[in-house]
Amino acid sequence: MARPFTPKVITANDLLEGDVIYFQADNSWTRDLAQAELIVDEAEAQLRLLEAEKQNIRIVGAYLADAKAGPNGPEPVHFREDFRRKGPSNYSHGKQEAAAHV
Amino acid sequence: MYKYNAFDEAFLAERNAQFRAQVARRIDGSLTEDEFKPLRLMNGVYLQLHAYMLRVAIPYGTLNSDQMRALALLAEKWDKGYGHFTTRQNIQYNWPKLNDIPDMLDALGEVGLHAIQTSGNTIRNTTADHFAGAAADELTDPRPYAELIRQWSTDHPEFQFLGRKFKIAITGSPNDRAVTKAHDVGLRMVERDGEIGFEVIVGGGLGRTPMVGKVIRDFLPQPDLLPYLESVLSVYNVLGRRDNKYKARIKITVQENGIEKVRELVEARFAERRGEFDGTDQALLNEIKTHFAAPAFRSGDISAYDAAYASDPVFRAWADTNLAAHRDPNHAIVTISIKAHGQTPGDASAEQMRVMADLAQEFGYDELRISHQQNVIIPHVHKSDLPALHARLKQHALATANIGLISDIIACPGMDYCALATARSIPVAQEIASRFDDLKLEHDIGHLQIKISGCINACGHHHVAHIGILGLDRAGVENYQITLGGDATETAEIGKRTGPGFAYDEIVPAVERLVETYLAIRSGEDETFLETYRRLGMEPFKSALYPEAQKKVA
Repeated sequence: MARPFTPKVITANDLLEGDVIYFQADNSWTRDLAQAELIVDEAEAQLRLLEAEKQNIRIVGAYLADAKAGPNGPEPVHFREDFRRKGPSNYSHGKQEAAAHV
Repeated sequence: MYKYNAFDEAFLAERNAQFRAQVARRIDGSLTEDEFKPLRLMNGVYLQLHAYMLRVAIPYGTLNSDQMRALALLAEKWDKGYGHFTTRQNIQYNWPKLNDIPDMLDALGEVGLHAIQTSGNTIRNTTADHFAGAAADELTDPRPYAELIRQWSTDHPEFQFLGRKFKIAITGSPNDRAVTKAHDVGLRMVERDGEIGFEVIVGGGLGRTPMVGKVIRDFLPQPDLLPYLESVLSVYNVLGRRDNKYKARIKITVQENGIEKVRELVEARFAERRGEFDGTDQALLNEIKTHFAAPAFRSGDISAYDAAYASDPVFRAWADTNLAAHRDPNHAIVTISIKAHGQTPGDASAEQMRVMADLAQEFGYDELRISHQQNVIIPHVHKSDLPALHARLKQHALATANIGLISDIIACPGMDYCALATARSIPVAQEIASRFDDLKLEHDIGHLQIKISGCINACGHHHVAHIGILGLDRAGVENYQITLGGDATETAEIGKRTGPGFAYDEIVPAVERLVETYLAIRSGEDETFLETYRRLGMEPFKSALYPEAQKKVA
């Protein structure tokens, strides 16, 4: 029996800033995982990735990352994506720094 | 130390201008990422988890105060106020923006530094003994040869597209502080019949297939260095595998073909190549050597040192751990620990870099070194200046007295920064250091090297640690394997795995059990952890790590 499909988000790094970005339903990019489009269909995921890669002039290395639905939007499944969402654990740098300044 | 001539300056300016144009073409869309990536990697630019990373070479770990200040400037102006010194005597900036990197490279160029060949399948920054030119046990300063290798390997047309990266380390001392046996080529300067030459070691390396290098030539006369290296590289370039990235390093070439076969091929190639060297390299070497003449060490009374040592216990503790024997008895080699307990190993703030630069200028003949152990060294300090230097270090949280102790941990950036990592390294190092500082056991434990890698590529040298820690991803959870008995010195050995790994919150207690066991079973205070391990083997440590398993067997 085929394994159930784990929902995905599309993530990449911004070309100029290098920071982590996520693909949204309207084909734009966000810095906030909770705002990303959660893709629940496997075939759709590949098509959306192709769509995202059309913007390779502004982004680097788009890929599908496992995610799950949370109360405020998509959440990471794997700890690597959790670090990408927040920033490093030794300093309050990266996205957690930006969030602290809001 | 080496000072760029007009050719070097023009070469670097041209190279930086090329990269500036490449960045512009990537940004305007003329280059795809696939086209741009090899270009940026040749210039030390990676894309990591949260940002770009710029890796700057500190050739053979030597720099002057102006260069250190330039590193501080980069940290402050284009990064987040700090830099990370690595196990290959490089410094990494974790937060640069793509647009700023050409300016960063130009600022480095102004002080004779660059990021060329700090990545990619090329000959990387040649590393050296961090006490080179200063150590009491040194035969001769290896750095002129390291500089010769740097110039020869930079943009060497034959070796820009090797099967895999290629790392060379060199030492001029019998006590190997440069981990020469864990490099693709290790060069140890040795004496034979009054002549100094090289013992050439090949095929060492860590990573997923750790190996101790093998001697390919027990004595290479100095003038043959470049033709011989070129022969090793040339044979590797042809014989090395390109079908499988994980079998592409020269250690696998040596393993699969045997050292005898590789030696035979290298000697045959050497017979051809040697004649192509017409002495220009030796003329260049002689010119380079003039740059490395030792400073005129001043003499003078050292009673201020003796007085401070006798009266100030904090100074004494620091002197006992952080000083090493200098070739001039009135001088000492000072290692500045950038591993204050609980801090990130190898990180220095811009302010700390400037303080270290000032101290080197004031007390250290304007010389600094970076060690593969991620510390900073002022190699020549007159002993009478040590109390004043120590007082200044204390003011800037740089006087931690822990060199060679359990909190002097090597740690790679791990999952906190690195795109390749499978688990975090830095917080594990921070917690171990803090834990043993709280226990106030560090000085009782004595010499003990812990090295942590956040993935199998082993940038944290865990294989050659007395206690090695390897962070892995086991079913989506961080898991840490322990190895024991590794040795990074001239008696190099690869550590052995103890057994199953430990969860993130179990790894620090596991290390604590190992250390408690060592303290309980050592023959005396003089027996180091490694000596105890060698005397008694794995068993007592295994019992401490896995008490449940022992019970089941019983």
